[in-house]
Amino acid sequence: MTATGANSLRNGPDEQGRFGLYGGRFVAETLMPLILDLEKAYRAAQADPEFQAQIKHLATHYVGRPSPLYFAERLTEHLGGAKVYFKREELNHTGSHKINNTLGQILLAKRMGKTRISAETGAGQHGVATATVCAKFDLPCVVFMGATDVERQYPNVLRMKMLGAEVRPVTAGAGTLKDAMNEALRDWVTNVETTYYLIGTAAGPHPYPEMVRNFQSVIGEEIKAQMRDETGKLPDAVVACVGGGSNAIGTFHAFLDDSSVKLYGAEAGGHGIEVDNGHAASMTGGRPGVLHGNRTYLLQDADGQILEGHSISAGLDYPGVGPEHSYLHDTRRVTYAPITDKEALEAFQLCTKLEGIIPALESAHGLAQLMKVAPTMQKDETIVLCLSGRGDKDVESVGRYLGMNS
Amino acid sequence: MTTRIPARFQKCAAEGRPALVTYTMAGDPDLATAQAILEALPASGADIIELGMPFSDPMADGPGVQAAGQRALAAGQTMRKTLAMVEAFRRKDQDTPIVLMGYYNPIYIFGIDAFLAAAKAAGVDGLIVVDLPPEEDDELCLPALKAGINFIRLATPTTDDARLPAVLANTSGFVYYVSMTGITGASIKNHDAVGAAVTRIKGHTDLPVVVGFGIKTADDAARMGRDSDGIAVGTAICNAVLGSLENGKATAGTVAAVTTLVAGLSSGVKRAKAAA
Repeated sequence: MTATGANSLRNGPDEQGRFGLYGGRFVAETLMPLILDLEKAYRAAQADPEFQAQIKHLATHYVGRPSPLYFAERLTEHLGGAKVYFKREELNHTGSHKINNTLGQILLAKRMGKTRISAETGAGQHGVATATVCAKFDLPCVVFMGATDVERQYPNVLRMKMLGAEVRPVTAGAGTLKDAMNEALRDWVTNVETTYYLIGTAAGPHPYPEMVRNFQSVIGEEIKAQMRDETGKLPDAVVACVGGGSNAIGTFHAFLDDSSVKLYGAEAGGHGIEVDNGHAASMTGGRPGVLHGNRTYLLQDADGQILEGHSISAGLDYPGVGPEHSYLHDTRRVTYAPITDKEALEAFQLCTKLEGIIPALESAHGLAQLMKVAPTMQKDETIVLCLSGRGDKDVESVGRYLGMNS
Repeated sequence: MTTRIPARFQKCAAEGRPALVTYTMAGDPDLATAQAILEALPASGADIIELGMPFSDPMADGPGVQAAGQRALAAGQTMRKTLAMVEAFRRKDQDTPIVLMGYYNPIYIFGIDAFLAAAKAAGVDGLIVVDLPPEEDDELCLPALKAGINFIRLATPTTDDARLPAVLANTSGFVYYVSMTGITGASIKNHDAVGAAVTRIKGHTDLPVVVGFGIKTADDAARMGRDSDGIAVGTAICNAVLGSLENGKATAGTVAAVTTLVAGLSSGVKRAKAAA
């Protein structure tokens, strides 16, 4: 059993929604009463066996959980180090880990009597997962998506529309995830009585970071049980990509107190961490600030203006990160490292060719980090990657990068 | 704490009218023009000045104020320049209260103590920071009060009677009532509800209550000023600046576009109580 004593890293957040310095409730007064209501409703749901049973049932029959743990034999041989396993979150219904969270939150929205759902999306995976549960639970859905992302992730835009969601392209700023989140918050302030804002990552004002983490923690818990069945012990290392960081925190949380397990988070290194505003690695290249309801590491200039950042991956193209990651970065429990666009593209191709699995560009960042770590490990050691999403949405843009479209 | 704010409300009350609170964006469309606008406001009828601190991600603002902030940032506005604007204004005007309004991150990055010291020295009277609810009072609200700067809180239609005491607890200077659940520049749908809300808040506090969000014309000012101690106008002023620009640059008409609008709004507040 995992220790949950006073020194446990799994105790956060505190009552103010803080993970150490990070987190909190930095929102306009209009939203504050609603956020307090949400916390109350979530605590009640947590304590309700009926709610937990509902999630469990849907996870099994609608999502397809548990997702498989897969031994990547050829990749292991190729890398020549630790045994490589994939946690196959990309096999979930809708093609990513995002559905774990949207199912939990839509059930909560129903309990709260909300009649309209809004969401922000970067790569479109969260938008699709939200549109999906809105179709299933018959609630109108508005998804805010940066205009740049609408273009580079068009297959997901079509999926959302077919599922009945309204997709609102956001042209402010660079037209990416940050701008979509601003617009979603403006919509929420305007429609606060009716609308449930279904945040897609483990960020935003308390209680979202905690709530999203808890809905995603099933990933790490399953890995733990599956590795025990497979090898009789814990993995030696676990890797996940980090944008806002919901798949990563869901993967890491079960292992935080298992000090033998090394944890690696792959940030979006874009054109390289040394390139001004050319990456989206908020922990490696940013500093603490306050945005979108929480204090966390942010990409910003000397005057506290938020930078746009850059990543080839729309899902990682965000200047902040969930507050619990900032805390785990400061305490050094998790090693966060930047992966460049180029490294991610190479990992994307290698995985596709060696394992017959086309990963999402986001997950390819995690894979690139794994490719650096696995060869330095012993052959009897194990390393697990959270393969958070599938790459169908990316084939067009990757094909363009690789010059395959001509 | 003595700031210029209570004296100004008393003066307006003695004249039997609500105060006109104007919002302009520091550095919009450029530093020199913004300074000229700022210095022209009192003579045009502004009783209290809110000076916007531009931020890249103004989550509670509509397109008008967003664009003003982007123009200011594009023109190179920084927090230091904003504080210097207040300092320069104070050399000419010792009486008109100035409230800095914006978001927390640029203040946090400047450093709380350094910011409060610089703001006080420059002649700032109050702060409105949209993303700091009472739950985060330790961050800036309490240090500001200690530094002798009013911390003006927003109350909104979602702030019910149970929550109002928490919102009012550390509020000073005045209470800013947000007329709707929405972003700056949207339209007020139910004017009677605004009046009722102001009356409700006044039942909980002796502080003046200013109504803002959605007030655009002299008639709006007259109407909203009937029940309140002041009305705040921002988006309409930002849009007046925008309308005066050519190729994104200030013109000879930019300052006048603002002063004409403000003079009109001033006539509105002057007939607010008379019409009641």
